[in-house]
Amino acid sequence: MHFAMRFTKVIKGLAKRADALFEGTAYRRQGTGVYWVNLQPVRRPIGSERWRKGRNSMQLEYLGLKQISGPLVILEGMKDASFEEMVEITVNNEEKRIGKIIEIEGDIAVIQVFEGTSDISLTNTKVRPLGHSLQIPLSGEILGRIFDGVGRPIDGLGEVFPDVKWDVNGTPINPVSREYPRNYIQTGISAIDGLTTLIRGQKLPIFSGNGIPHDALAVQIVRQAQLAREEDAEFAIVFAAMGVKHDVADYFRESFQNSGVLERVVMFLNLANAPVVERVVTPRCALTVAEYLAFQRDMHVLVILTDMTSYAEALREISSLKGEIPSRKGFPGYLYSDLASIYERAGMLKNKKGSVTQIPILTMPNDDITHPIPDLTGYITEGQVVLDRSLHQRGVYPPVIVLPSLSRLMKDGIGEGFTREDHPAIANQLFASYARVQEARALASVIGEDELSDIDQKYMAFGRAFEQEFVSQHKEEKRLMEETLETGWRLLGLLPREELDRVDANMLDKYYRPYDNARGEL
Amino acid sequence: MSKVGDRMDTEVKATIFGINGPVIKVKGNKDFHMMEMVLVGKEKLIGEVIAIEEDTTIIQVYEVTAGLSPGEPVISTGKPLSVQLAPGIIGNIFDGIQRPLHYMEKKSGAFISRGLEMEALDSEKKWDTHITVQVGDNVSGGDIIAEVQETPLILHKVMIPPGMSGEVIAVEQDGQYTLHDAIVKIRDKRHQEKALTLVQEWPVRVPRPYRSRAGIRRPLVTGQRVIDTLFPIAKGGTASIPGGFGTGKTMIQHQVAKWSDADIIVYIGCGERGNEITEVLEDFPALTDPKSGQSLMSRTVLIANTSNMPVAAREASIYTGVTLAEYYRDMGYHVAVMADSTSWWAEALREISGRLEEMPAEEGFPAYLPSRLSQFYERAGYVGNLNGTEGSVTIIGVVSPQGGNFSEPVTQNTKRFIRCFWALDRQLAYARHYPAIQWLTSYSEYIDDLTDWYEEKVDERFFQLRTKMMRLLQEESKLMEIVKLIGGDALPDEQKLILEIAKIIRLGFLQQNVFHDQDTYVPIRKQFKMMETILYVYDQAKTLIQASIPMSEFRKSGISEELIKLKYTIDNEDMEKFSEIHQSIDAFCNALHESYKGVGKKS
Repeated sequence: MHFAMRFTKVIKGLAKRADALFEGTAYRRQGTGVYWVNLQPVRRPIGSERWRKGRNSMQLEYLGLKQISGPLVILEGMKDASFEEMVEITVNNEEKRIGKIIEIEGDIAVIQVFEGTSDISLTNTKVRPLGHSLQIPLSGEILGRIFDGVGRPIDGLGEVFPDVKWDVNGTPINPVSREYPRNYIQTGISAIDGLTTLIRGQKLPIFSGNGIPHDALAVQIVRQAQLAREEDAEFAIVFAAMGVKHDVADYFRESFQNSGVLERVVMFLNLANAPVVERVVTPRCALTVAEYLAFQRDMHVLVILTDMTSYAEALREISSLKGEIPSRKGFPGYLYSDLASIYERAGMLKNKKGSVTQIPILTMPNDDITHPIPDLTGYITEGQVVLDRSLHQRGVYPPVIVLPSLSRLMKDGIGEGFTREDHPAIANQLFASYARVQEARALASVIGEDELSDIDQKYMAFGRAFEQEFVSQHKEEKRLMEETLETGWRLLGLLPREELDRVDANMLDKYYRPYDNARGEL
Repeated sequence: MSKVGDRMDTEVKATIFGINGPVIKVKGNKDFHMMEMVLVGKEKLIGEVIAIEEDTTIIQVYEVTAGLSPGEPVISTGKPLSVQLAPGIIGNIFDGIQRPLHYMEKKSGAFISRGLEMEALDSEKKWDTHITVQVGDNVSGGDIIAEVQETPLILHKVMIPPGMSGEVIAVEQDGQYTLHDAIVKIRDKRHQEKALTLVQEWPVRVPRPYRSRAGIRRPLVTGQRVIDTLFPIAKGGTASIPGGFGTGKTMIQHQVAKWSDADIIVYIGCGERGNEITEVLEDFPALTDPKSGQSLMSRTVLIANTSNMPVAAREASIYTGVTLAEYYRDMGYHVAVMADSTSWWAEALREISGRLEEMPAEEGFPAYLPSRLSQFYERAGYVGNLNGTEGSVTIIGVVSPQGGNFSEPVTQNTKRFIRCFWALDRQLAYARHYPAIQWLTSYSEYIDDLTDWYEEKVDERFFQLRTKMMRLLQEESKLMEIVKLIGGDALPDEQKLILEIAKIIRLGFLQQNVFHDQDTYVPIRKQFKMMETILYVYDQAKTLIQASIPMSEFRKSGISEELIKLKYTIDNEDMEKFSEIHQSIDAFCNALHESYKGVGKKS
């Protein structure tokens, strides 16, 4: 295990590689480990176009590079550069690309190039610091637009004329300025509305796997999501796709267009073959737009981020190129903090009407919920909706497996005054009864279903009906909250009243009706 | 502390050389001290010296470093990272380096900006001060010189800073003073005069001194049955709550913070969710302390460094919290520190260690993780203070194990330094069994220390019955293995009874409903009565079975359902009702014995 070898910083480990690179060229070594490269700061005449645009450092352009490695380039002799500053890279005097400074040591800067480094050589570039971090233009017209991963329009409708420009990195919300989220968003999907209710200002991820229809579920949520009650506040959706395949991106775009929701959606598309560096910025652009719409324009914004696994893998790729010390499964040690800087941008503020709600979607590698990506996500987000492969194979759509699913904030956003008085009790009871179904199933798999006791048989019937009638619904079907709750009560009717120990007697008197025997055959 | 302080007047200056996330390299001066606090860049971001190599000094910055450039100045402050200790702490909410979040909101709005210079505590507010020393008194470190009613619950005792002593030469009258008004003057042995105010400072990484460690003898009563009865924690003890996400760690922390009989709660939200802090901020002021009827906020301090706030400040937040706790301990209070979650603190250590290119040990964590953990947990204790009072710091740390797997480094290393382990179980949480503390894997090493207290204050048979209950739960888990294979009906009646009683224990005793106004906090007396009643039923039912009365009779009786609902049907103070239940059980059993006696004779 040559840790020391593997973890030596790119900059430090550069000497040997650069020696080889520059062998037989005009470059020569000066001192120990320092190279003289073709780097002459070009001082432009004061008063020229470029000078006037920005702060002092903009007068400098740096010719040539010291090293290129994947999407990273290393520049030497840089002065006045600041951490996380954006730079413009001109390749061959014509093509312009943008990059971000991700590390500085003395006059050496490590730069991430967003569009990738193909065609870049050590000598054909000019690098110009822009004097600010990555910003995105924002205005009310942004609704209905489609952008690439770093916020450039790709729908052919031209640039966004900006009201303001905001830094995509955002700043943390002061916990004392937050408003505790208390009202819900109706998705029209029983498994979510009934058992893992989505609350405004919440971050509720969907844990899925490859081949499980989370895309269809995402589209359905976008199409159906609406505020709980008639309010004058507007509702908008920001959709960010990271590392999705072309046909999946088309599917999203067409579905939104066909169902007529596109004008309330802002889309960011970073496709599977787009540069990974852009992918790291995509969710941040999306959330900046969401914050703008929520806190400047008083809208309730639902942000859908798919697929966070691609995002985290992009982060790992860049981290490994930078030569950082890996922690679990090669992911960087700061994966938790980095994911938190995205997820924690959900919320509500005191004295502001709007809200940012997030549904990040991630595919669990190998369906493993303990993999670092779902694991760390679950620790940050306020619950999770888990999709299950075996339910999917049994034809249940959406294949939400309710036992590991959870919405932490629903306890304060449902019940009397929000949904209906019986909602907390029935949700609790459905969870508990369905947990009991699993025990009956385990027993049945050993001794056979016919040998089960009466009550266990009833649970088996309840379990099947619950999956078929409550969890399952059509892709076009939008169930109102009342319908969802009614279905729940109807199914609980399959069980004898004594078994319902999570609901108090008054509630049972009001809502519980035993199922008639004919339906008990289900 | 004093060594760094000595150099206060000579400011050390250097310039930034390299920047990598929260870690920056500084060149141009060799005079920085380890752990010294520095101001970084034009915006004067707060940082701390963490390594010095030749002419390069490495600094971790407690704020976002985006926008810093090489060449910007770095200035020493001459003192280590310290907290301000004075009235105004209780009821307040700070970030990881004791900056008041309410004040930050006023200055920078809803989003936190950088380089905000401010004092931790309000220096303009006047406090009603009662001075308790007189001219001529000899005082030394820890002695109380004044008292301030900080909140309705907490009488703040202003103390001589540790390490200082002398003779009182002047005192002010009782009255209204701000934090920086001199209230007492002393002359020390070197005949130097020192003016004392309401404030003292203390470096967060140094434990505050005490006279002696007193024995651990009293429980921290939490009102949570599974904790108080099965796995009690002592005042001055340490406990850890490990559990995967969604298992209810934070819920248990909140319950203990709300209901435990500590005088003061220090709640550290370390790398956790912003909405959770907001929930505490909303809930606590509205809740009342069961003992005093005052708002819970008047005994609570919040340290909030949410997961998206700078990672270095998250590392410091744990120390900030425990230092505040020690300060109140010195006044003679019992303080409970809730750290939620120590895993994100360890994560911060790992991140900074990675940026320093240190050789990683297990899973990328630095090799000094265990020693840092032990330094933190060892700051707990029940102590005799310098001023003769007794106080305690209890630490309850949440661990968020990766993948919910307890074999990972943070859980394993934590286990070595705590004595009370409340293991949360995902399967229980999925079945909505809350609190999801797994009774088979959890443990408490404090039972022997606390036996005297329980026997004296509650009942002599307390731990006897507890052992009996634990044994039933153990047997249940063994029997369940069999049931899984052959079904429950095949078991003999005696074993069926064990399963039935264990079920009552699980549903009726271990499960506790935090949303129910009676069940959310249960006095230890009622806990005992509930346990006693359930076990009494077990003994009685056993005699039925020994008399060959079938188990079905017992099941039909509805006693089980009644016992499961005991927590709701009997009010917390209504101990009389338990004897009624005992009587009705007796009556039921006797009647059954009678009727079967007849049957036995006939056949």
